[in-house]
Amino acid sequence: MSALDTGPGEPPHYSQVWTFRTPRARLALWVGWVALVALFIWCWQIMNENTLWIFVTDAPSQAADISSRMFPPKLAYLPELLMPLWDTLNIATLGTLGGIILAVPVAFLAARNTTPSALLIRPVALFIIVSSRSINSLIWALLLVAIIGPGLLAGIVAIALRSIGFVGKLLYEAIEETDARQVEAVTATGAGRAQVIHYGLVPQVLPAFWGISMFRWDINIRESTILGLVGAGGIGMKLQSSIDTLAWSQVATILIVILGTVVVSETLSAKVRRALI
Amino acid sequence: MLTLNQLTKVYSVGDPALRDVTFRVPRGQVVGLIGPSGAGKSTLIRCINRLVEPSSGAIYLDETDLTCLGSRELRRARRRIGMIFQEYALVERLTVMENVLSGRLGYVPFWRSFTRRFPGHDIENAYRLLDRVGLLAHADKRADALSGGQRQRVGIARALAQEPELLLVDEPTASLDPKTSRQIMRLITEICAERQLPAIVNIHDVPLAQQFVDRLVGLRAGQMVFDDTPDRLDETMLSEIYGAEDWTAMDQEDDEPESSSDAQISLRLPGAAT
Amino acid sequence: MTANAAYPRRWKRPPQLVTTRRWRLTLPLLVVAYLVLALGSLEIDAGRVVEGLSRGARFIQGFLQPDFVSRWQDIRQGLIESLTMTLTATVVGVLISVPIGIGAARNLSPRPVYLVCRSIVAVSRSLQEIIIAIFLVAMFGFGPFAGFLTLAFASIGFVAKLLADDIEEASASQIEAIRATGASGLQLIHYAIQPQVMPRLIGLSLYRLDINFRESAVIGIVGAGGIGATLNTAIDRYEYDSAGAILLLVIAIVMLSEYGSSYLRKTLQ
Repeated sequence: MSALDTGPGEPPHYSQVWTFRTPRARLALWVGWVALVALFIWCWQIMNENTLWIFVTDAPSQAADISSRMFPPKLAYLPELLMPLWDTLNIATLGTLGGIILAVPVAFLAARNTTPSALLIRPVALFIIVSSRSINSLIWALLLVAIIGPGLLAGIVAIALRSIGFVGKLLYEAIEETDARQVEAVTATGAGRAQVIHYGLVPQVLPAFWGISMFRWDINIRESTILGLVGAGGIGMKLQSSIDTLAWSQVATILIVILGTVVVSETLSAKVRRALI
Repeated sequence: MLTLNQLTKVYSVGDPALRDVTFRVPRGQVVGLIGPSGAGKSTLIRCINRLVEPSSGAIYLDETDLTCLGSRELRRARRRIGMIFQEYALVERLTVMENVLSGRLGYVPFWRSFTRRFPGHDIENAYRLLDRVGLLAHADKRADALSGGQRQRVGIARALAQEPELLLVDEPTASLDPKTSRQIMRLITEICAERQLPAIVNIHDVPLAQQFVDRLVGLRAGQMVFDDTPDRLDETMLSEIYGAEDWTAMDQEDDEPESSSDAQISLRLPGAAT
Repeated sequence: MTANAAYPRRWKRPPQLVTTRRWRLTLPLLVVAYLVLALGSLEIDAGRVVEGLSRGARFIQGFLQPDFVSRWQDIRQGLIESLTMTLTATVVGVLISVPIGIGAARNLSPRPVYLVCRSIVAVSRSLQEIIIAIFLVAMFGFGPFAGFLTLAFASIGFVAKLLADDIEEASASQIEAIRATGASGLQLIHYAIQPQVMPRLIGLSLYRLDINFRESAVIGIVGAGGIGATLNTAIDRYEYDSAGAILLLVIAIVMLSEYGSSYLRKTLQ
């Protein structure tokens, strides 16, 4: 007799009772792990069908070669990077601005408590948010460079389009989390729809709004540094051309500049967010 | 004057929340609405300014039937009805002054409220009301910086800023301590007397209600089971409304916190020893 | 209460955010100045943009009438590469993150181990996937293997950081209680930490699976295999209907995995 087939009326010897999980759950857990391992092996084999292992075994010497070319970084290259860096900042900032302007109405249309129609408009707004979120800004940039040509504008629009989903999602969640009683109280005074939103809702979501915007700006600085790889302007263009000419010491300089910018923008955004909340 | 005629509310699931409620509130009368939770007190109050849509019946504020107004007229009607909320429902992140001025939203166009440029007499009036409720010094504080009692005073000032013809008061003393509760109830009844305002006060604290209101309406499962002056509410009636319970025990319990200082507060049950 | 006193007829909202008068005046000026400078340095070629509008219209058309058929072989290959490298990279990444995450938790590890692990995390987090991919492609050659390495490396920073933060937040009293029984380091992790952190770890891994798929669509642009490479080719050839089809597939898979992972997280916790 095992613990499994004991009826409720007859307790088995107590030493058999305590196990960490019920036998059924344990079995399911094991099956799950085995399935995961099998899936992993299967995927691994499919993925590496075309892998040339000669290149892989050769990698350490390649790595050594590249890093020896990267050091020392070519600091004389720095002045040339100032203009692209300014462009990168502009891509991020103007793109964030544009994204926010587009995201605010979408968020209000997507939030359950402010949408004019939960059946028609809300799904559309949600779809806008999902598609913007699932496509990386680099892919947006790739498309936009093809459509409106290389340059800053493509980068700005790409950042803006990517930001809609991020800002829209977090903002509409913040709108849905607002205290309904405050909104109800303003409604009860006989205020119009716009007034109810402005007095009852906006003060409640404003802190979240600033926080989200700063957060996204910080992410956008990071993302705009690489948009140049596909021709959308900024410091990434320099990165691309340095890689193309195998100027690894310039690449090292650019990476240092990018890292520095990211660290500065991160601390700045964290500081502003802390001051706001 | 407010007249409710066979007001009924049925939610999509479950029993009707209100069944054929009919009564009339003349000018200057403060009606206490009592009953167990879930009896429909809150629904009744919200049906009057249609924060909850009534299913059938009529609600007359003077001559207008509130149940059949379009959205524009409804907003005009709402600004004639001041509402005071459970747990204040102030917009926490706005200043006290903005909260009071938000009572004027129904009267000013959007651009004025958007730029916070309210007409001079509205502002003057708001200051007067803040003075009346004793908060003149706090006008520029943020609402979430105030204590519970102070917040409810702001709520009262907001409702009065509408220059209402009717006050709806939803559990004004929930989450306030006994002393502050009394002060708030006193303030509400004083103001109703000053302005000859009819008011419906939805309240769960029966002794407190008995002390301050002119008339009590008892609701049980959405139906009116009592409508009379507070001193006519006896133990049998309380059992009818709330279900059987030893009401003399409640009397003592309620007396404990400030028993000696405020003797007149105690439950004014005819049968109970006070 | 003063009965008939005159009350002010004017009221101004006290400033909420910027309280000093000087900053209230200079801040808008700075913003305007920045906007003028920034917009001034934009060189917008109006003719090119107008020309682009018709192409944009074609792209939207391609998006509305996606063509799954004519490039299906490439799309299929790209998707398989993306999905396989997402899964393998997440598994390997999470396996490596667990020891690093434990090492990077201040309340468990000795100081030197803590510093080493935290710096691994910092390096992995500060470098973007695409830059890592560039280097790994240069070292390991084109193809999904470089992509797999990129995603695994990026996963380490993400999962280990959040795991370490979680362990640091895990209830200190429970850790103390187990420690008081005389448990060894490994036993401590097993009995005090794992039960508290395990559900979070599963959640994190599923979340990272999501992110890795999204990223796998990007790193293909620099040659690390996957659907990104297919997309890049389609756009280079101006085949907007194929590009639209790929983007729709990516959106659909991301949505599916997002719903799937939130469902899984709910049932597992």
